[in-house]
Amino acid sequence: MRGRNVVVSAMVALLGAGSGASAQTDSVPGPQPPRFEWDPNDPRLGLAAGWMDAATAIRGLEHVASIPRPEGFFNPATPDDRTVINSDLAFRGDLLYQGNYQGFQVFDISTPSEPDLVLTVLCPGGQGDVSVYGDLLVMSAQETRGRIDCGLGGVADSVSAERLQGVRIFDLADMRNPRQVAAVQACRGSHTHTLVTDPDDPEHFYIYIQGTGGVRPAAELAGCSNTRPEEDPNTSRFRIEVVRVPLDAPERAEIVSMPRIFADPTTGAIAGLWPGGDHGPGTQETRETTQCHDITAYPEIGLAAGACAGNGILLDISDPVNPVRVDEVVDPNFAYWHSATFNNDGTKVLFTDEWGGGTAARCRASDPPTWGADAIFTRTDGGPMELAGYYKLPVPQTDTENCVAHNGSLIPVPGRDIMVQAWYQGGLSVVDFTDPRNPFEIAFFDRGPVSQEEIYLGGYWSTYWYNGRIYAAEIVRGIDVFRLTPSEHLSEAEIEAAELVRVEQFNAQLQRRHTWPAAVPVARAYLDQMMRSGRILEARAAELRSLLERAGAGRASEAELRQAAARIESDVAAIRAGTLGGDAERLGRIAEVLRSLAG
Amino acid sequence: MIRRAASAPVVVLGALASAGACAGPSAPPLVQPGAPGQPARVVDRDAARAAPAHSEADVHFMHSMIPHHGQALEMVALVPSRTTSEAVRAMALRMEISQRDEIAWIERWLRSHGAEMPVHGDHAMTAPGMLTPEQMGRLRAARGDEFDRLFLASMIQHHEGAITMVRTLFATSGAGQSSEIFQFANDVEVDQRIEIERMRTLLQGGGR
Repeated sequence: MRGRNVVVSAMVALLGAGSGASAQTDSVPGPQPPRFEWDPNDPRLGLAAGWMDAATAIRGLEHVASIPRPEGFFNPATPDDRTVINSDLAFRGDLLYQGNYQGFQVFDISTPSEPDLVLTVLCPGGQGDVSVYGDLLVMSAQETRGRIDCGLGGVADSVSAERLQGVRIFDLADMRNPRQVAAVQACRGSHTHTLVTDPDDPEHFYIYIQGTGGVRPAAELAGCSNTRPEEDPNTSRFRIEVVRVPLDAPERAEIVSMPRIFADPTTGAIAGLWPGGDHGPGTQETRETTQCHDITAYPEIGLAAGACAGNGILLDISDPVNPVRVDEVVDPNFAYWHSATFNNDGTKVLFTDEWGGGTAARCRASDPPTWGADAIFTRTDGGPMELAGYYKLPVPQTDTENCVAHNGSLIPVPGRDIMVQAWYQGGLSVVDFTDPRNPFEIAFFDRGPVSQEEIYLGGYWSTYWYNGRIYAAEIVRGIDVFRLTPSEHLSEAEIEAAELVRVEQFNAQLQRRHTWPAAVPVARAYLDQMMRSGRILEARAAELRSLLERAGAGRASEAELRQAAARIESDVAAIRAGTLGGDAERLGRIAEVLRSLAG
Repeated sequence: MIRRAASAPVVVLGALASAGACAGPSAPPLVQPGAPGQPARVVDRDAARAAPAHSEADVHFMHSMIPHHGQALEMVALVPSRTTSEAVRAMALRMEISQRDEIAWIERWLRSHGAEMPVHGDHAMTAPGMLTPEQMGRLRAARGDEFDRLFLASMIQHHEGAITMVRTLFATSGAGQSSEIFQFANDVEVDQRIEIERMRTLLQGGGR
């Protein structure tokens, strides 16, 4: 969330013609965004309102748990007391870390349907986005009330050594005695942050600080400067801060660089990217690129994707201290580049647009489906990003529901690019973007508005897949847990294969490559996909299905598995030679699984 | 006006590891870490509700912002009948809607915090960046290109006043401490800065 209370709704009025609901086409010439269309029978339409008792609609999911915010993290008088709202999530082992403007909560999720609150930590500062690295937890603080000592009473003096706007590092090795080990100050505070690792340096990890607030006075934090770069080349705007954290001495965490990642490589001008403004008649007004809202690092491919107000950028992070911008894009439909997610093989980047800042209703019937949406870019052979398509929550929400594209993560279904994504009060939507030109929804959950009279901040901040379940952070309603259920769009085997993928820790902004074990459900998932697309010989499909059933029950012999693998490999060769139709890629992966099963 | 939590009853963690037991059957204690290097402590549940209250400076800021935004709406209302620039017209429309939204939000905040609504004009002439009656008169009398130049220059002055108000707020001890005020004031600064940049570009003839 950008943290806006009131939001530029001017676009809506300006949009007029583009909304599809108005007849002002002649007043705003030029290309118009497409019209929003939806299924009139969608069960998400007309859900009854309520803070903790709103009506719900669900498809392709089972809702297995719902845990309200615990004591200390909610105000019974009002849902949207902004001092205690929930923010982002992180995971490690059996633990879920729920960030909050007031601190964080830790749940034991060893039984995912029964999250058990094990630790509540008060340390105000907002947004309270959290990441974990081993026993260390990193948290963002951006508000002027943030105190170095985690105090609740704010900081009385306008210039004070007691204030903390930046990142905090906690040591949670002893869960009964969490210790703050470092508090790193930053000139614009920390709205979000990103953990970055260097595959060649296991002794350290890095934190990229994304500050979006006003610049602090130099009297409070030396060196902070709020001027334009033309006037002061040391301005605190137009940069990120890189913190190096020694794993054996996290208390020595410090800022080691402040890269000018928006600089023009030719002129060297610090403000080298989008200057702010619209892109011509009928287009969105896009913010100036003075900051990144969020960066997602993917160290295994040496890249990070930055969603940086006015641009989407790619950074080479092979040297994490000195990230180098290697690509940038603009989009005439984007108001504010907010977050980014790579697909598993790094050939696609899905960027989100937080039009309206997250506190405004931007999924109404009158809002265009390309505004406040996801934009999916493709990269071929490491080349520049190219726009392929858009995805937006495919059903309108009411005008008292804050709604726009927000945080999500990949669901590791082999052979497909699937993401579960939060849309604030629009609920969660599971989207398949395997074909980036035609993304489509395969599951959803939605609640009615917190109120139908007034717009209260609420809904999902983040929805992430972690070791077999979807965990959803509701800003004012707590945590929801979901399990995928089979549907025409997703088979039982595909779900089983996704549930087989296990990771030790999860931070949405530090992507790790998913790999799948050589297991029957994985082969079956590929087979299901080929049967769905009609890209396999029916006879071969029947044979394989039967073999995989027997293999799953431990009744297939090694010889049989090898024989089947050999037959498939010869099919693959024939397909590659152009003498047989079919899906060589998926067949090849099935053959690998069979060979592995044969031992 | 700041309610301090520093005096809240606290206990050293080790001494009351079972403090959570009194709050509920399974709820763990509310732990407050200290500054780096300092020990954590358990916080009493009532004390945990402490938060910075709004200060007089916060209320003054909100009160002043209403007439300040009100004058921006008066200026914007002059645009349709006087401008010849599509860019100025579009900018004015954006401003009108965002300023109306902000006024509505301020009024809701004042209501919910029991702060009296300002008598209109109360703070008007004290708010920074406000146009004098003479300046408003000149703007009203202008037409076409002259109006556009005057409107943009006046609105830049007016917006810079809002930024000054935000800076003054944050420079006042005890102010801008609640999350609501912090977020609102921060957004006003960010948005008005953007609009100022945009208007400067238009003034230099760089607009469409």
